[in-house]
Amino acid sequence: MPYESKETSNTVLSKLLNQSYKYGFATEIEKEIFEKGLNEDVVRAISRKRDEPEFLLEFRLKAYKKWQKMKCPEWHILKFSEIDYQDISYYSAPKVKDKLTSLNEVDPELLETFEKLGISLSEQKRLTNVAVDAVFDSVSVVTTFKEELAEQGIIFCSMAEAVKEYPDLIKKYLGSVVPIGDNYFSTLNSAVFTDGSFCYIPKNIKCPLDLSTYFRINDEKSGQFERTLVIADSNSSVCYLEGCTAPQYDTNQLHAAVVELVAFENASIKYSTVQNWYAGNQDGKGGIYNFVTKRGLCAGFNSKISWTQVETGSSLTWKYPSCLLVGDNSRGEFYSVALTNNYQQADTGTRMMHIGKETRSRIVSKGISAGKSKNTYRGYVHINNNALGARNYSQCDSLLIGNMTNATTFPVIRVDNSTTKVEHEASTSKIGEEQIFYFLQRGISIEKGIELMISGFCRDVVTELPLEFAAEATRLLSLKLEGTVG
Amino acid sequence: MDNRPILEIKNLKASINEKEILKNLNLKVYQGEIHAIMGPNGSGKSTFSKVLGGHPAYNVLGGEALFNGIDILELEPEERSHLGIFLAFQYPIEIPGVSNEDFLRLAYNARRAFNKEPELDPLEFLGIIQQKLEIVKMSPVFLSRNVNEGFSGGEKKRNEILQMVLLDSKLSILDETDSGLDIDALKIVSEGINTFMKDDKAIILITHYQRLLDYIKPDFVHVMQDGKIIKTGNADLAKELELKGYEWLK
Repeated sequence: MPYESKETSNTVLSKLLNQSYKYGFATEIEKEIFEKGLNEDVVRAISRKRDEPEFLLEFRLKAYKKWQKMKCPEWHILKFSEIDYQDISYYSAPKVKDKLTSLNEVDPELLETFEKLGISLSEQKRLTNVAVDAVFDSVSVVTTFKEELAEQGIIFCSMAEAVKEYPDLIKKYLGSVVPIGDNYFSTLNSAVFTDGSFCYIPKNIKCPLDLSTYFRINDEKSGQFERTLVIADSNSSVCYLEGCTAPQYDTNQLHAAVVELVAFENASIKYSTVQNWYAGNQDGKGGIYNFVTKRGLCAGFNSKISWTQVETGSSLTWKYPSCLLVGDNSRGEFYSVALTNNYQQADTGTRMMHIGKETRSRIVSKGISAGKSKNTYRGYVHINNNALGARNYSQCDSLLIGNMTNATTFPVIRVDNSTTKVEHEASTSKIGEEQIFYFLQRGISIEKGIELMISGFCRDVVTELPLEFAAEATRLLSLKLEGTVG
Repeated sequence: MDNRPILEIKNLKASINEKEILKNLNLKVYQGEIHAIMGPNGSGKSTFSKVLGGHPAYNVLGGEALFNGIDILELEPEERSHLGIFLAFQYPIEIPGVSNEDFLRLAYNARRAFNKEPELDPLEFLGIIQQKLEIVKMSPVFLSRNVNEGFSGGEKKRNEILQMVLLDSKLSILDETDSGLDIDALKIVSEGINTFMKDDKAIILITHYQRLLDYIKPDFVHVMQDGKIIKTGNADLAKELELKGYEWLK
């Protein structure tokens, strides 16, 4: 019998590659959902539904009016069919009693959903060192460890609750980093955002737990527009984690979130994301359209904001976590791994705006592209004329797997004074048949080989993740790539 | 004692990109033997080594390759490796982001797992690998560098021999291990191979030059042309080839 090595190994490989997305299930639950469509009445209805104060309704209406005059940006290199904003429902919430007083009143179906996702919310089984805010479609289901954190003056709750309990803080900081009208998607979010997390760390407090928000898109017809706001007051620090998954549908769901961070004097915020939205199937059908605006303001002297992201999901990713380095001596960091496979497209990167003196930024971007995917790094480093003694270091590495994929980098650096130091390094490497054969010939399996190469390539970024997420992230990356070479 | 050859190739035919390269190749190798395969460019020497290793780009069209009586052509590349077949590559490939130490340990542990032996932790492994490094006179610095990344030609080839020694392979096919080596490196590599060679092992040297055979004495020299072996002799054949060139055989 002729030895059809190439064919056999390809079949085995494609089987491995197209392992089903393990979070692809949908939860059937009684829910309250708005009719599809967007107009001023819908914006008002969202606000009314959430029983919001007048200032927030005005915020929304102002955003909506601006958004109507705006156009979807075209400078990215993503290709997708036009989004019909009238074909989306802007509110979907599981039906609950008026006010939840304990976990026992949460729909068991919901708890089970999060359980299946590996996020246990019950008192006995929840993670002991991480406080979780669980968001399901448009609303936050439950927040753990709230009382324990409150003892130290730390506020960690859903955005809906924050609006009611701490309206002054919300009024002061909402839109302070990403103003209304900033960009098309953030403005849409400002008009229709539903839930999200709010976190405030008071002066001189080091948050004893990692805070975490887990986002779950469940409904096929609704978009998810969450809003997260993290404030770290002087001399405080917090480590924040964000995880996301979605069911597997043939249609695309829109996710347009806004995250705003503010760090005051000597404060530090570390914000980590492991994004694993549904990426569409191997023919590119379905998956999340992920248009996210994330921005941190280093407002105080010696403040620090660090973004770490591991992007593996979504059919489209449009995301540039950025830092405004206003305070003197402030630091911004961006560590990113973006992995694309099949027909996924990612246009992601960062913006570092050096405004204060002696500000420093560090960018480490790792793009892994496989299949027929497109992976773009887009970075902008701007050193202002007043940012004397500023420094930036950027590193952009691309790893190509196979011959059909596409990686692009657009690093832009603008320096307006002569006392700064800017470094940029870039590399491109490829994992191909020959590397794999080398591993195999030495008796090492494809899975182990790829895992080793990926973890080596991503080491600089993954080590920035909190320990319990680092191992999971490497595993997730390897899983997504299994069988992409052959 | 086992009288069976460690490797027996019968009428092997193989192609790449629809082009037939190996045409009825026959060869018998017994334990304790060193065979040299020489031949002009494009005669199929490297193809032969890749086919034995199970490279997916090559298609076997017919024939058999028996390793200790087992037809290996049906086996996956890693299974062949586990049985003790080792390929030293002509152009060892660079593997970005993977340290040589991790790579070597993984390979070593994969073999141990196959033999149902417990895997070694990094510290235990370090004890093993340090002894082996001396055989090819490599500095421990190589362990922390990425696999073949930025290695000189000589360092890459020494790294191949290091792996052969580490995996204690039963049948080693060395594809132009001498190419790109200066005299000193050639000596080190040859000494490493000679130290490694024992009665229970077999080596196939693929080479263009007689030079390597001054250091490693082959029991047989084969001349390959157009996908088959056209002449077999002892070490003197290589010397004669060096003088007269391959044209002489046509």
